[in-house]
Amino acid sequence: MKRKYDVIIIGAGPAGMSAAISLRKLNLSVLVVDEQPAPGGQIWRAVERVASSATGKILGDEYRAGETIALRFRSCGAVYEPDTQVWKIEPGWNVFLKHNGQAEAVYAEQVILATGAQERPAPFPGWTLPGVLTVGAAQILLKTSRQIPSEPVWVVGSGPLPILYMAQLLRAGGKIAGWVDTSPPGGWRKALPWAGAAISDWYEIGKGLTWLHEIRKAGVRRVRGVTSVRALGDGQLEQLEYTQSNGSTVRVNASVVLSHEGVVPSIHITQSLGCKHTWSTQQSCLIPVLDEWGQTSEPGMYVAGDGAGIGGAKVACERGELVAIGVAARARRLDSAVAEQRALPVREKINRLSRLRPMLDALYPPRADILKPSDDTIVCRCEELTAGDIRKATAIALPGPNQLKAFTRAGMGPCQGRQCGYTISNIIAEAQQKPVAEVGFYRVRPPLKPITLAEVASLNTDEG
Amino acid sequence: MSKEYDVIIAGAGVVGASIAYGLSGMNRRVLMLDGADTDFRAAKANFGLVWAHGKGVGHAGYQRMSLQAAKDWSVFAQQLSAESGLDIAYQQRGGLNFSLSDDEFINRTKLIDAWHSQTPDLAPSTVMLDRSELLRRFPSLRLGKDVVGASFGELDGHVNPLRLLAALQKTFLQRGGELRNNHKVTSIKQLAGGGFEVSAGNYRARAERVVIAAGLGASSLGSMVGLTVPLVPQRGQILVTERLAPLLPIPASGLRQTAEGTVMIGVTQEDVGYDLATTAEGAARMIRKALRIMPDLAKAKLVRQWACLRVMTPDGNPVYASSVSHAGADIAVCHSGVTLASFHASEYAKALVSGSLPASLGIFHYGRFNVQKTA
Amino acid sequence: MFKKLPEPLSSPLTLYIDGQAVEAERGETVAAVLLRQRTLASRTTPVLESPRAPFCMMGVCFDCLAIINGEASIQTCLVTVQDGMHIERQHGRRSVTS
Repeated sequence: MKRKYDVIIIGAGPAGMSAAISLRKLNLSVLVVDEQPAPGGQIWRAVERVASSATGKILGDEYRAGETIALRFRSCGAVYEPDTQVWKIEPGWNVFLKHNGQAEAVYAEQVILATGAQERPAPFPGWTLPGVLTVGAAQILLKTSRQIPSEPVWVVGSGPLPILYMAQLLRAGGKIAGWVDTSPPGGWRKALPWAGAAISDWYEIGKGLTWLHEIRKAGVRRVRGVTSVRALGDGQLEQLEYTQSNGSTVRVNASVVLSHEGVVPSIHITQSLGCKHTWSTQQSCLIPVLDEWGQTSEPGMYVAGDGAGIGGAKVACERGELVAIGVAARARRLDSAVAEQRALPVREKINRLSRLRPMLDALYPPRADILKPSDDTIVCRCEELTAGDIRKATAIALPGPNQLKAFTRAGMGPCQGRQCGYTISNIIAEAQQKPVAEVGFYRVRPPLKPITLAEVASLNTDEG
Repeated sequence: MSKEYDVIIAGAGVVGASIAYGLSGMNRRVLMLDGADTDFRAAKANFGLVWAHGKGVGHAGYQRMSLQAAKDWSVFAQQLSAESGLDIAYQQRGGLNFSLSDDEFINRTKLIDAWHSQTPDLAPSTVMLDRSELLRRFPSLRLGKDVVGASFGELDGHVNPLRLLAALQKTFLQRGGELRNNHKVTSIKQLAGGGFEVSAGNYRARAERVVIAAGLGASSLGSMVGLTVPLVPQRGQILVTERLAPLLPIPASGLRQTAEGTVMIGVTQEDVGYDLATTAEGAARMIRKALRIMPDLAKAKLVRQWACLRVMTPDGNPVYASSVSHAGADIAVCHSGVTLASFHASEYAKALVSGSLPASLGIFHYGRFNVQKTA
Repeated sequence: MFKKLPEPLSSPLTLYIDGQAVEAERGETVAAVLLRQRTLASRTTPVLESPRAPFCMMGVCFDCLAIINGEASIQTCLVTVQDGMHIERQHGRRSVTS
């Protein structure tokens, strides 16, 4: 007998957990699946194990707040299945899971995607060398392994996350060799339109300034006005090279370089389902088109959390709650007038918590050279294709991203565009003199993540 | 604004591009018009087989055409790779079609015998190999216990179908051909003084001749020039794995290892209309069959599954026809555009240049679908 | 490379990386342990045999693949360590026939 639920939630981070808690209060049957072994998503990763430890203190209050949510989630009555991957979703909805080598199809009336975000791909020459990681990766290592770079680390990038991580690293006793701050000079001028929001959200601004202060106090060398960087080494990272706007090039020794140019919603599943997306010039990325309840263009398929647009953990929790109200109303388990009433304060909170976001986006846009990588930069990590390879292929009769994929294999590796999709679309946009919003994106094919043939074959296909 | 061309080809898939490649090699000025990035594009779901064995059961004409095309492919591939600078990864070492039971083997043997006797003037190109003979010829093969044997076609091979298309288009452009994407042909009008005006939305161009090689779109375009070809879509789903160390020395029907090392598994034949969705059930079915042939594949990771719509004529054989009411308009549709690429690029292109199709291609006219049998 | 913060390991356990015994802590990922070794790479690519190491630590880059207890192409950043686990770095195109 195929398992059936009112709702399946994919992702047990802030949004997924909040949605589950709210749905359970309304007595809907809920299955939550997540590929991690414990709840928390990325921002609250390993929070149950780590919150009350010394590392938890280093990570701070925002991190530790996840422990309470995780507790409420565990006891809300949702069926929670960690170490479980979703590899396909078919209309109906039939969600194909994989756990312990066994595939299974589970039916749900409605599905909430709470798969969060990922760091924006930021290619530069040498970024595939062992020793180059994202800032997010380093923070995950701190959270899940109490692990820090063993030598003074170089950080390249901009945004709240590198600033937070550097402060956490210093608190943990780590050392920073330097920070190539790629935020554009004069960013504060661009951010002025939102100064009002900044003043009324002084607590959030204050936090960010505190981290910056910690970094400055530690004497971290901050390099600005860098136009390009390059990682060098024979089989493993050995040096970082950066070029400044005056043309001078500096080389420094580095065994670990951490890179970050912002965070973008995870659109993998929504793309695979053919949901409509729109290009956000504010965040330089695609965002699924959602109605006021978080429903995508596919009825009964919702997105909650950072996947709906980057907002952070608090916004994600509110969005989870809002989607739960919408889902319950659509399932007629909640009167629509009551739903509207309950949604009001949640929407207000979301608006309030989101006020600072445009300012952050203006302060920390992705640096120019990741949108126009040099010819020798690997842009498709899986297939080891350079920007030069892609540019050559754009000359064969103005292909779109899918024809280009067919010609070059870009996007055919296991990541299926998670690390290269935007870069390829940007290269096409430049070559064809089009706005990137008009270029389109790869079609994302199932499986959502590679799965063994044996696992697919283990699927029980006799059931209707 | 219009330009003068010798030929305008509607459709730049593997059929259109092969014809264009051939015509441009004979100094014809050619324009190819193709659709959008996310249009159906059957060329993107081709399995990559260059196959003769078993083709045209009950249709000797198609059998001969396939055999000849396979024989000509090697030279075609060499010339194309050399001129385009792209390696299309063509290999011709024969191909297998596995039998997974004694009954299957017996039936396959009978089928191949019948197929050979359709063309008694040609030397047989296919042999039946039982399991021990299979393993003797291909000692590295690790076959599942259900494999009883296979038919082996000596002329068969495989190619990278995506690279093939890229090479055809690239060479065509190098030779001075023009290709416009996002210019799906919307109408074809015969001009009073001869020739045609072809429109793609607001874009217009004029040419002496027009060739419709637009896959499933060929039906509606054909009806504008007196060519009524019934076509239906047939869905085919394909699977591809991660790159693997070598394990399949030659291609098989439904199972081949590419030059990159990935293993392709296919293909379904589904009548679902214009539905490009993939199904987990289809994947499981195809995989179970593949695992009966090569159980080692169980551990390999599936990376992608996709589907396309085959361009199916009522009997599955190609259609080539010249319009009578609109002289100078031709149509070319088939679902084995890769195998027939060598034919489209040479004999067929030559026939177009000569002004009329040879009598031997008469059997491929769509009129065969309307034949009324009288007692 | 990376190192752990100086507190003693809670619930230490032993893994084998290419046959060599290494210490790990309950609850952490295999990728984290790989990043504590001199050679950071978990594999070489099946395309050009380039060395790759964990990059994103969250399952979206597919560079941290390695062989765990005989199963190849596993995202090590998504696997929790277990006592006695055997990890082998994956080289080039993995084989399914060995």
